[in-house]
Amino acid sequence: MTKRRIDPVTGTETTGHQWDGIEELNNPLPRWWLWTFYATILFSVIYVILYPAWPLASRATEGVLGWTARNDVAREIAEVDASQAQMREALVTTDLSALDRNEPLLAFATNAGAAVFRTHCSQCHGSGAAGAPGYPNLLDDEWLWGGMIEDIAYTVRHGIRNEADPEARWSQMPGFGDMLSRDEIATLVAHVQALPGGQDPLAGPGGALFESNCAACHGADARGERTMGAPNLTDAIWLYGNSDEQLTDVIANGPFGVMPPWGGRLREAEVRAVAAYVHGLGGGEAPVADGTE
Amino acid sequence: MTDQSTALYAARVPIFPRRVSGHYRRLKWGILIVTLAIYYLTPWIRWDRGPNLPDQAVLVDLANRRFYFFWIEIWPHEFYFVAGLLIMAGLGLFLFTAALGRVWCGYACPQTVWTDLFLVVERWVQGDRNARMRLHQSAWSLRKWRLKLTTWAIWLLIAVATGGAWVFYFTDAPTLARDLVTFDAPRVAYLTIALLTATTFVFGGFMREQVCIYMCPWPRIQAAMMDEGTLTVAYRDWRGEPRGKGLKRREAAESLRITGPQVGGRAPLIPMPGVANTTTAKRQIPEGEDTRPPGDCIDCNACVNVCPMGIDIRDGQQMACITCALCIDACDQVMEKTGRPRGLIDYVALSDAPREAAGGEPIPAWRHAVRPRNIAYFAIWSAVGLALLFALFIRPDIEMTVAPIRNPTFVTLADGSVRNAYDVRLLNKHGDDRAFLLAPSLETDAQAEMEIEGHPGHVVPVPADTQSRVRVYLTAEPGTDMATEAASRVRFWVQDMTSGERAHVDTTFNGSEN
Repeated sequence: MTKRRIDPVTGTETTGHQWDGIEELNNPLPRWWLWTFYATILFSVIYVILYPAWPLASRATEGVLGWTARNDVAREIAEVDASQAQMREALVTTDLSALDRNEPLLAFATNAGAAVFRTHCSQCHGSGAAGAPGYPNLLDDEWLWGGMIEDIAYTVRHGIRNEADPEARWSQMPGFGDMLSRDEIATLVAHVQALPGGQDPLAGPGGALFESNCAACHGADARGERTMGAPNLTDAIWLYGNSDEQLTDVIANGPFGVMPPWGGRLREAEVRAVAAYVHGLGGGEAPVADGTE
Repeated sequence: MTDQSTALYAARVPIFPRRVSGHYRRLKWGILIVTLAIYYLTPWIRWDRGPNLPDQAVLVDLANRRFYFFWIEIWPHEFYFVAGLLIMAGLGLFLFTAALGRVWCGYACPQTVWTDLFLVVERWVQGDRNARMRLHQSAWSLRKWRLKLTTWAIWLLIAVATGGAWVFYFTDAPTLARDLVTFDAPRVAYLTIALLTATTFVFGGFMREQVCIYMCPWPRIQAAMMDEGTLTVAYRDWRGEPRGKGLKRREAAESLRITGPQVGGRAPLIPMPGVANTTTAKRQIPEGEDTRPPGDCIDCNACVNVCPMGIDIRDGQQMACITCALCIDACDQVMEKTGRPRGLIDYVALSDAPREAAGGEPIPAWRHAVRPRNIAYFAIWSAVGLALLFALFIRPDIEMTVAPIRNPTFVTLADGSVRNAYDVRLLNKHGDDRAFLLAPSLETDAQAEMEIEGHPGHVVPVPADTQSRVRVYLTAEPGTDMATEAASRVRFWVQDMTSGERAHVDTTFNGSEN
């Protein structure tokens, strides 16, 4: 059966296989291909022994090297973390108000803070930090509790109106729904809406109502009071909006915006980094005495 | 019975090409010297670019993402130049293959060039074809070991030099050469050299035609680009057949001392796909029954003996033929000796066969090369090349990109003014530090203040050969058209404070209507 046979048409040897008179020609493969094939088999056997390979019910065989991709990632993260230890140390010990004079440290803090912001802050304040009704826009130049870098760091560290941190920033605007009549609230809404346009806070039909109910916190000039997180009512920025409905709701029910404290969850270096990032978003305030810019 | 049974795997039979001289051999020497010289010497050419830039004429700086080619410096965002060169390489392959068949394989392919170089060494140490065959068949003796080891040692030296030259393209060559010798070079350099040394040594010394026949996709791809007008190396069977050795012819052949036992291997005959193979069938005619007058081929096997691929070109076009044209030189010598015109094996197009067989005059080779298909390829190829050159010369010296920040599109400030932010990137392509002055130009009547974060004077310094990114704020005053309209046009001007050159980028400003 295996006698050599030459196909008369092509002059090529056949393998001796026939199907309905059709013969298979034999153009032999180079032998080194065969050896290459054996080498790949040998490689796969060694690989299966050394590395994770066979899938089992809940996990795969481990391989004698004990290699996993997770360990690689963990090691790389630890390496990066270790390489940044010095910068973190410097950030924790530095005077934050002087951070803008230390260019490499500021660059490090801004980049690290951007990562912290995207992970922990963007859920409420938005990935672009533009905020949402009730969640302040961090890009503008109005700050409820202060816009200097230390103020921002304190707010991040302790949060606002939360029970978890005794040092949290705290204040509460009462709901005036029980104290004032509907007409009085309507008068106040119209009064407050007119404040940015130059309306005297203490004059006009709403002036008396404002003086007795609002001026204690928002000030007789309606410019707000940062120690109490009371917003400036004379500017163009409205945390909850300035339509009739929105302002009526705020005055009648009293807003109570909560921010959790991050001091326990983030490292101090991360708190400072995110403060530096937010401060650098375009609205950060510099100490008044520092007249360098 | 075993020697009678069919073998499904074949061991490589070594090939011992005979030395040949002639027109095409000289051409190939020239190309070999030029291509090898380019490869080995290019990294050592110096080119002064100033103190902050490398002075290596050709440098692929992967770490800093720069490509230097003499006076040209390519940044990553200009990669379209490389893409354009690749398109030209592709079109060039079409052009050359359509006109001259596998001319790349035969003359310029590194596998061919280095195999040629290794063959020179082999021939120099061990002698020509017959000597090498005898050495191959002889038992392992001291002399055989000495000759083989000398050959391998020289091959290895060439291989190390080849692998070594490659790494010099990627970093400063003199520095790396010093580091390599003192073992201070990075591990990847040694690894790369080792890998390329191994491939050069094995491919050039031992695998040779196996690479072309079994590993390379080129023969398969190129066959699809050839047509009946393509010039390939072919045997004029209508002139040569029936081949044979009358007594007189045998004497002539033996006087040339070019016959000999057929020890060298024959590559398997794989016909080119889609090419009708006429000569194979002709060989089947038993010599005695052929009543035609004898042809010019004296069956001296000179063409087979010089072939680095170990094939018989008289079997017709086949996959294993790299069209190195050495068989043309070999046959021309024999034709001269036997007093017949040259060109029994020659550059011929498929379409020539029927006409010449019928007694027509040969068409000159250049007429085959210059035909509409090739002219079209050449036109497209040149157009791409000219477009690249044009793009290279109009490349601006200053480049700025302005990306408006769209999250959010605008910010309302406490006083009611509207602010937009832009990410501005400034490229300094010079070898010295430069400062750039930035200024906005607005629609008429519009009013807005520009602020650059960290640069109160609106001047941004950019270190040599780098890119700087700054955030630019544009604030429109409250109540102005610009602050309230959905969008207004803004043009940012940038001026190189050193050269005074200016460039601009247009973008938009989003107002509160947005």
